[in-house]
Amino acid sequence: MSLLGEDYTTEEGEFVINIGPQHPSTHGVLHLKVWLDGETIKKVQPHLGYIHRSIEKMSESLSYRNFIYATSRMDYLSAHINNQACALCVEKGLQIEAPPRAQMIRIILAELTRLASHQLWWGCTGLDLGAVSPFFYAFREREAILEIMEETCGARLTQNFCVPGGIMADIHPNFQKRTKDVLKQIKSKFQEYDDVLTGNVIFENRNKNVGFLTAEDAISFGCTGPMARGSGVSCDVRKWFPYDGYDKVQFDEVLGKEGDCFSRYMVRMNEMKQSVSIIEQLIDNIPEGDFQAKTKMVLKLPKGEFYQRVETARGELGVFIVSDGAASPYRIKYRSPNFSNLSALDHVARGYKIGDLVAIMSTIDLIIPDVDR
Amino acid sequence: MTNEELKQYISALFPTVTYDETGEFLNILIASTELKPLIKTLRYEDDLKFNFLFCLTCIDWKTNLMMVYHLISKTHKHIVVIKAKIADVVKPEIETVCDIYQTANFHEREVYDLFGVNFKNHPDMRRLLLDESWEGYPLRKNYVDENMITI
Amino acid sequence: MNLLLTISFSSVASGIHNWLVSTIPNELLAKSVEMVIAGICLLLFLVPLCFILGYMERKVAGFMQMRYGPNRVGPYGSLQIVADTVKLVMKEGLTPTGSDKFLFNLAPVIMVVTCMLVLAPIAFAKDFQIWDINIGVLYVSAISSLAVIGILMAGWSSYNKYSLLGAMRSGAQIVSYELSVGLSLISIVILTGSLKMSDIVMSQETGWWIIRGHIPVIISFVIFVIASTAEINRAPFDLAEAEQELTAGFHTEYAGMKFAMFLLAEYINLFIVSAIAATLFLGGWMPFHIGHWQEFNHIMDFVPSSLWFLGKTFFIIFIIMQFRWTFPRLRVDQLLTLEWKYLLPISMVNTILVTVMAIMGWHF
Repeated sequence: MSLLGEDYTTEEGEFVINIGPQHPSTHGVLHLKVWLDGETIKKVQPHLGYIHRSIEKMSESLSYRNFIYATSRMDYLSAHINNQACALCVEKGLQIEAPPRAQMIRIILAELTRLASHQLWWGCTGLDLGAVSPFFYAFREREAILEIMEETCGARLTQNFCVPGGIMADIHPNFQKRTKDVLKQIKSKFQEYDDVLTGNVIFENRNKNVGFLTAEDAISFGCTGPMARGSGVSCDVRKWFPYDGYDKVQFDEVLGKEGDCFSRYMVRMNEMKQSVSIIEQLIDNIPEGDFQAKTKMVLKLPKGEFYQRVETARGELGVFIVSDGAASPYRIKYRSPNFSNLSALDHVARGYKIGDLVAIMSTIDLIIPDVDR
Repeated sequence: MTNEELKQYISALFPTVTYDETGEFLNILIASTELKPLIKTLRYEDDLKFNFLFCLTCIDWKTNLMMVYHLISKTHKHIVVIKAKIADVVKPEIETVCDIYQTANFHEREVYDLFGVNFKNHPDMRRLLLDESWEGYPLRKNYVDENMITI
Repeated sequence: MNLLLTISFSSVASGIHNWLVSTIPNELLAKSVEMVIAGICLLLFLVPLCFILGYMERKVAGFMQMRYGPNRVGPYGSLQIVADTVKLVMKEGLTPTGSDKFLFNLAPVIMVVTCMLVLAPIAFAKDFQIWDINIGVLYVSAISSLAVIGILMAGWSSYNKYSLLGAMRSGAQIVSYELSVGLSLISIVILTGSLKMSDIVMSQETGWWIIRGHIPVIISFVIFVIASTAEINRAPFDLAEAEQELTAGFHTEYAGMKFAMFLLAEYINLFIVSAIAATLFLGGWMPFHIGHWQEFNHIMDFVPSSLWFLGKTFFIIFIIMQFRWTFPRLRVDQLLTLEWKYLLPISMVNTILVTVMAIMGWHF
């Protein structure tokens, strides 16, 4: 028996290769065991847990104010949205609502996070398929967003800006101006993104007709986010269960049709444009007022169960808190989008080539700490 | 369907279920042996069509374990939460639902890994996040780890 | 000043030759000594060349990616590549247990030796050539296909599945693209009527083939650049090493000096391919001549022939480097589709066109 305690049994003509946990295209410590027949994939078996930190168990011993910060380390590219989900869930339990100013700033930051995350994804997609330069173009805009984050939140990646009842501090005086500048910059670069990667013949060939996921399968596998929307499944939490005033914003849910890698790619590209339009609507209309609702020093949720979902850059994040009335959660469950999306990988990748596996993984856009938690 | 209609519909088929509406969603409490037929009904009946299992987890209530299934219907847009109590905490067992919802495959393996619930007829019942040689089930309340520091 | 102008590579070479023949009575010995000197000169040329190409690659990458590239070690970062080479030399050359040690160590040597062999018939300047063999083009295409043996050997002997996959990919790839490379070389051979490199260069005295040969030669030039990029395993055809799929493909297990030899071979190959493209299509060392405009041609002759050759070669290298930093990688089946369904039929038709053109004398 090997260390992993599993079989490496193969049929005639097959062989097994281990992709990861250290591999350039797994974006972290994902370990895939791939059964191959020549170059064709017969089966993919993901092995998780290389970065399992048991955030759920940790949260059981942390207070309702503190556990939020652990979640920044799950999907670190949507750290702010993770925090928002937890803050919203605690607010639901306390039956309070954040002041309008706080809500609006939260949404703006969430959309900026989404933009930054999608830009990193765009760069990595190019990188995974062998085009190195787009990565640097993507980082140019992402850097500008992270600088806004740094100025307002004090951190670039793990912002920890949401607290139960609002946001931790008021925005920096430069925030609106800089955000508008960045939006202008990003809008002027969308054409460049399309020129560099989207319209490239090789890129289209690599992504079109690869990695099909039907709408039924997407639902059955619990896929959410751009992965499901690429297959035409409407699942945007911002539309279905609006939170923090998303119902007052005009935007479209981007849906794909084919369900292949290219359609997932296009969903994300168009989502970036939607995010820009959301921020544009809000940035000049941030209402005056408090940025934090008044809360007690020690938060205690009433006995019961609370479920709150938000749309992160990768799909639906659910926070399920079971409270027994104490100062820390009795049980907490994070329904992370990547965990479900990853479970569809085997189904999606079968029958394609190794090169396609890379394309499929990059359009699923996996963040391994979010899978392992 | 509204919660009332759902209750009527389900009660007609499963007279033993009880309901709990204190929370956000309609909670259906059912015995662990009847779980599979109930979920099958919820999934395949045209009026119900709960086709999306968006959260599957377990809660350790010390005296028993409780499986929690959050279901939503993408077509009818109604939500139910199904709770199945497993009385045996030493050797907990419940029927798998991963033939109905493929996403349950990974979620059940996670629950097996962290709570030790054995899912009958699951195709690949192995630990998911932890190593095969790990002892105990970390998310159980009685799990003791001498290296754990409580703040 | 007058003396300086008369000194050229060819005069130096013939001077050394005459001196050797006159001082060493034994003709065989004199030849052997000359060969050794040529070999040493080649090595002394290749190592700085690889430094320059490595530096150039990083700078081109930086230029395309809005960054500086190396700029710390030495003036403008020019010594970075030296530092990297020192690092590679100092590293332990691991040989994995389970590998076929003999083949594993032989493979990088084969890679370097084959690409050095190809350098023999290339004319670096006027009358400056190691070996003006009368079947120059055939020799080049025959020897350069030996490189696949080195890659297969490296992949097979590494005892690593990634390496094996990479080697198998590159085997299929090099063998297929050889055809298009051969056919596009043949189009120039048809126009010139000779396989000899010096003849091909001399035939472009009244204008380079890419200008004189109308569209068919331009097509075969484009095909040559594409196919030879594939043949030397450079992106977007770097499937053999496809970093994101196979970590490093056939040289996954190589480290230190053995890895450096693969790197060396890659850069020499890049130079060779560009040099051949420059020789066949852009006139090699031949200055830019237009028909019988004697005065214009005479002015062009003032630029040394070696500069013409290196300028053209580096221009093509620059183009091939830009490919690498622009395009995504093809998939293995798309790679073969491109060759067998597009490039090969096009070059076959193109060969016929060139033949008709040569027979009818339609070129300038």
